Amino acid sequence: MSEKKTNRRDFLFTATYAVGAVGVGATIWPMIDQMNPDASVKALASTEVDVSNVNPGKTITVLWRGKPVFIRRRTQNEIEEAKSVKLEDLKHPEKDEDRAKNPEWLVMLGVCTHLGCVPLDQKGDYNGWFCPCHGSHYDTSGRIRKGPAPTNMEIPKYEFVDVNTIKIG
Amino acid sequence: MSDQEYNPKSKFGKWFNDRLPLLTLANHLTDYPTPKNLNYWWTFGGILTFCLITQIVTGLVLAMHYIAHADMAFDSVEHIMRDVNYGWLIRYIHANGASMFFLAVYIHIFRSLFYGSYKAPREIIWIIGIVIYLLMMAAAFMGYVLPWGQMSFWGATVITNLFSAIPLVGEGIVTWLWGGYSVDNPTLTRFFTLHYLIPFLILGLVVLHIWALHVPGNNNPIGIDIRKPSKDTVPFHPYIVIKDGFALLMFMIVFAFFVFYTPNILGHADNYIEADPLVTPAHIVPEWYLLPFYAILRSVPDKLLGVVAMLSAIFILAALPWLDTSKIRSAVFRPLYRQFYWILVADVLILGYVGAMPAEGLYLLIARVATAYYFLHFLVILPVLGFKEKTLPIPLSITEPIMSGSPNLATAKNKESSNI
Repeated sequence: MSEKKTNRRDFLFTATYAVGAVGVGATIWPMIDQMNPDASVKALASTEVDVSNVNPGKTITVLWRGKPVFIRRRTQNEIEEAKSVKLEDLKHPEKDEDRAKNPEWLVMLGVCTHLGCVPLDQKGDYNGWFCPCHGSHYDTSGRIRKGPAPTNMEIPKYEFVDVNTIKIG
Repeated sequence: MSDQEYNPKSKFGKWFNDRLPLLTLANHLTDYPTPKNLNYWWTFGGILTFCLITQIVTGLVLAMHYIAHADMAFDSVEHIMRDVNYGWLIRYIHANGASMFFLAVYIHIFRSLFYGSYKAPREIIWIIGIVIYLLMMAAAFMGYVLPWGQMSFWGATVITNLFSAIPLVGEGIVTWLWGGYSVDNPTLTRFFTLHYLIPFLILGLVVLHIWALHVPGNNNPIGIDIRKPSKDTVPFHPYIVIKDGFALLMFMIVFAFFVFYTPNILGHADNYIEADPLVTPAHIVPEWYLLPFYAILRSVPDKLLGVVAMLSAIFILAALPWLDTSKIRSAVFRPLYRQFYWILVADVLILGYVGAMPAEGLYLLIARVATAYYFLHFLVILPVLGFKEKTLPIPLSITEPIMSGSPNLATAKNKESSNI
């Protein structure tokens, strides 16, 4: 039997395939990765917004990374409404306190978590937002209450630089 | 087929053909024996070839004037419409051509469904066809993004977001597709590149589709195997060429009607508003040819399952040759299948209608029933029907019932027993 000989040939084949696969992978990866966000896109990562003109009950929409961000100065009613909701009634349970550190200001991505449309302000069954594309209803904390969207609208990383300025990103 | 025996008449022809047998191929295509009972539903293959060539030629011309940049795309399309000589005509042919392409492909697909053209030995033809159909949808979707209007932008946003339904890697895939954190210039330029590429992929697959067709030959309205060439066949040229040509002329009248009289009726007015990432149009709907699948997507209240249902609705077609268990191809001899076929046609039309309506109330209910029926048809009705249905006797040849006066039992073979 030439079993030993066969084993050596097998090893050579396997080694060749393995090195070949690494080479092919290393060649293909740049072709795939070039489609990811480039340096110029990543450079636009943060935006500062002046919110001194936003009165209670008003929302402004700013563009951050090509996406709309809602900055809403909530009324007392809205804050109470958002806080009174029981967590077990929520599809994606999150406390209002965790979503709006300063309860007066709700800062969130104005992007429906279903398929990315921009929901309409002060619409829908929960006095929050309503997405016209496929009918998702959000409450005054931007949490999903009804419709196909799987999660609450996303809260981006943000901070108050001073009383009147919010830095997003 | 007498490919091997073909001998060019001229000396040069023979010299050339020995080196590259193009003349043999031409001879094969000319003499190709075709069932003599093909009806007009069989002319859509030729019509579709015409549609593909039209899209490629008009698309090449448009690409000479279009600018694939988020800041300039919208204006460059208006520039084509207003300034470029005959630009309006070329763009309207291209835009309506997409709709005409889908109109023809749907007729072509439903012809296959009625006459059982997807069954053995034609499964590969069918599957290549489904791949072509998928590529057509991809090309049409990306082409619709290029004018960079509101519908372009939000259509692109919604469709690319379908991938975010994939667990774990979904968000990463969407960012990768966009080349950013939203649909923007990098998305537009890559869509333009792919929109340019896909028609040529389709062209290659069309060659394979026809090649695979020419192995077993055409199916025919009575769906029986025929000997080729025989009394049941006619040569492709001139018989089928002239019939396809006539049908193509009729089709071009419809095409021209849209281009010259209602060039925008199949589009959306919102797409004449430049893309605005801050405002979603109140009512976004895809182009008409994608509506049935859109209705299926919206009828499922869960994001991931909705996407799964929509994709399954397309991919289930690829499994059709094995889901349909009946040995009889043509619905002409399948009295029950014939009825279910028309119910399916109605079901798809209903899905298309509710897909264009808001997803609420009665429309949503109808969409859910129609979606359930769509899957029921393919997954339950077709497999069961093949075993239960009492099919009619099928003739032995195309010529036989005609020669003997009527397709009665005496001249037909009863295939019922072999079908149980």
